Amino acid sequence: MIRTLRILAANPLSLLGLTLVILITLAAIFAPWIAPFPTHNGAVVDFLNNNRPPSSHNWMGTDLVGRDIFSRILFAYQISLTLGVVVLAIAVPIGTMIGLLAGYIGGWLEMVLMRIVDVFLSIPPLVLAIAMMGVLEPTLTNAMLAVTAMWWPWYARLVYSIARGEREEGYVLAAEVIGAGAGHIAFREILPNCLPAIITKMTLDMGFVIIIASSLSFLGLGVQPPTADLGSMVAEGARYLPDSWWLTVFPGLAILVAVFGFNLLGDGLRDVLGVDE
Amino acid sequence: MTLLALNGLTKTFETPTGPVHAVSDVSLNVQAGECLAIVGESGSGKTTIANMILGILAATSGEIAFDRQTLSAKRSAKQRRRIQLVQQNPLSSLNPKRSIGASVRLGLDVYDIGKKSGRWTAVEAALDAVGLPGNMRTRAPASLSGGQRQRVSIARALACDPRLLVLDEPTSALDVLVQARVLLLLNDLRAKHGLTYIFITHDLAVVRNVADRVAVFQSGQLVELGETSQIFSAPKAAYTRQLIGAVPVVDAAELNLRNKLAEGV
Repeated sequence: MIRTLRILAANPLSLLGLTLVILITLAAIFAPWIAPFPTHNGAVVDFLNNNRPPSSHNWMGTDLVGRDIFSRILFAYQISLTLGVVVLAIAVPIGTMIGLLAGYIGGWLEMVLMRIVDVFLSIPPLVLAIAMMGVLEPTLTNAMLAVTAMWWPWYARLVYSIARGEREEGYVLAAEVIGAGAGHIAFREILPNCLPAIITKMTLDMGFVIIIASSLSFLGLGVQPPTADLGSMVAEGARYLPDSWWLTVFPGLAILVAVFGFNLLGDGLRDVLGVDE
Repeated sequence: MTLLALNGLTKTFETPTGPVHAVSDVSLNVQAGECLAIVGESGSGKTTIANMILGILAATSGEIAFDRQTLSAKRSAKQRRRIQLVQQNPLSSLNPKRSIGASVRLGLDVYDIGKKSGRWTAVEAALDAVGLPGNMRTRAPASLSGGQRQRVSIARALACDPRLLVLDEPTSALDVLVQARVLLLLNDLRAKHGLTYIFITHDLAVVRNVADRVAVFQSGQLVELGETSQIFSAPKAAYTRQLIGAVPVVDAAELNLRNKLAEGV
């Protein structure tokens, strides 16, 4: 762990990624304390100060009802990160479990599980999420549900392909000859060899989950106003481009910085952990 | 006394291009305490026979009897435990993500050998028995040499307290000096624990120096079975003569190995 971090820090790009991820995480956690206008996360109206360009008072300007955009971005990171963590915390174990079972046990179980995975993978992810959100109410929980539903099959595929290869390794044969159970072989022998790839993909995916979640709320299918969300902030501001550019540009940059940070960190981890694509 | 008896053992693989007879009607007895070498070129069915003996591949027909009991397709833990394996490639046979101690301990946990609290001590004793320091148990396989890894593989097999070891090319990935050391260790362990070995190899120099008897296989069939000295001095089957003919005299490498074995390195 320490060693991994040290090698990561030696690469300037990975270090930049790590720094961005840490800064964003700290900003999200401490948003209520560090935001200049902590109340602006919710339904606050200040028409005297609405639609102001960036100034020393409002670093990133104010929105159409006078809320500080910088404060709202900090709070929006809370939503984005929570969504990313929850989605991955559900999707990764499910996908990993299915991939391991299909990859190690094989036979009819492999056929059934991987065909289900194929069906999910054949639906364009955003379309699946939009379809689900069309049926469900547009709330944060349902947005998480929709994104999770489209995310787990990728982990099933990833872990499946690694497990298929590991199954042929001598240490699996050794455990089988000794008579270890399928559970032991799948989770204690094969899973540790899948972890570097899983961790790397999770880091890269945090960025993608944030984009997808922002896309959903951009379309009005995610988190609802007045709660601050990067996607809906971009959507609201888009109508007032290019005059009130700060309404769109700063939330857009916030998405960019988060995705960029997670991608750099993921790339760095891939090199350090020795994962082949 | 016969420890392992193969009776009409046959394995046929169904492939899209038709059935492949990997092993055809093989019958032979392995005596308790002996070292039986199985030789033959690639594709002669050596590994298929080993896998059937180990119980990880079901025979198409024929039967395997161990210690006078016929082994069914589903073996009991007690039966499985007595037949263990040492593989060829010591790098792939140990899980790179687990400590060597955890690998050696597996058999103790699976067969519930000894008290749980004493198992790490047992692991250290098992490592010690193959000439490795017990405190090495926390190390990763990557930090060990090829010879050390092969010793760990042997310790892992012995931890199950087997009576028969299937050695699948156990020394072919090692250089001559290390090979000699591992062979000497195997010899010592055989005497100490009263083990029986099935030694699968294509290295006739090793066979001549360690095996009591030799079984020669060609495309899934047993062509000749005899004492090692008889096989090398007066081979009966044409195929055996051909195989032996490939190494007509004791060459430098074998001389080297023989010297190392005699010195007891």
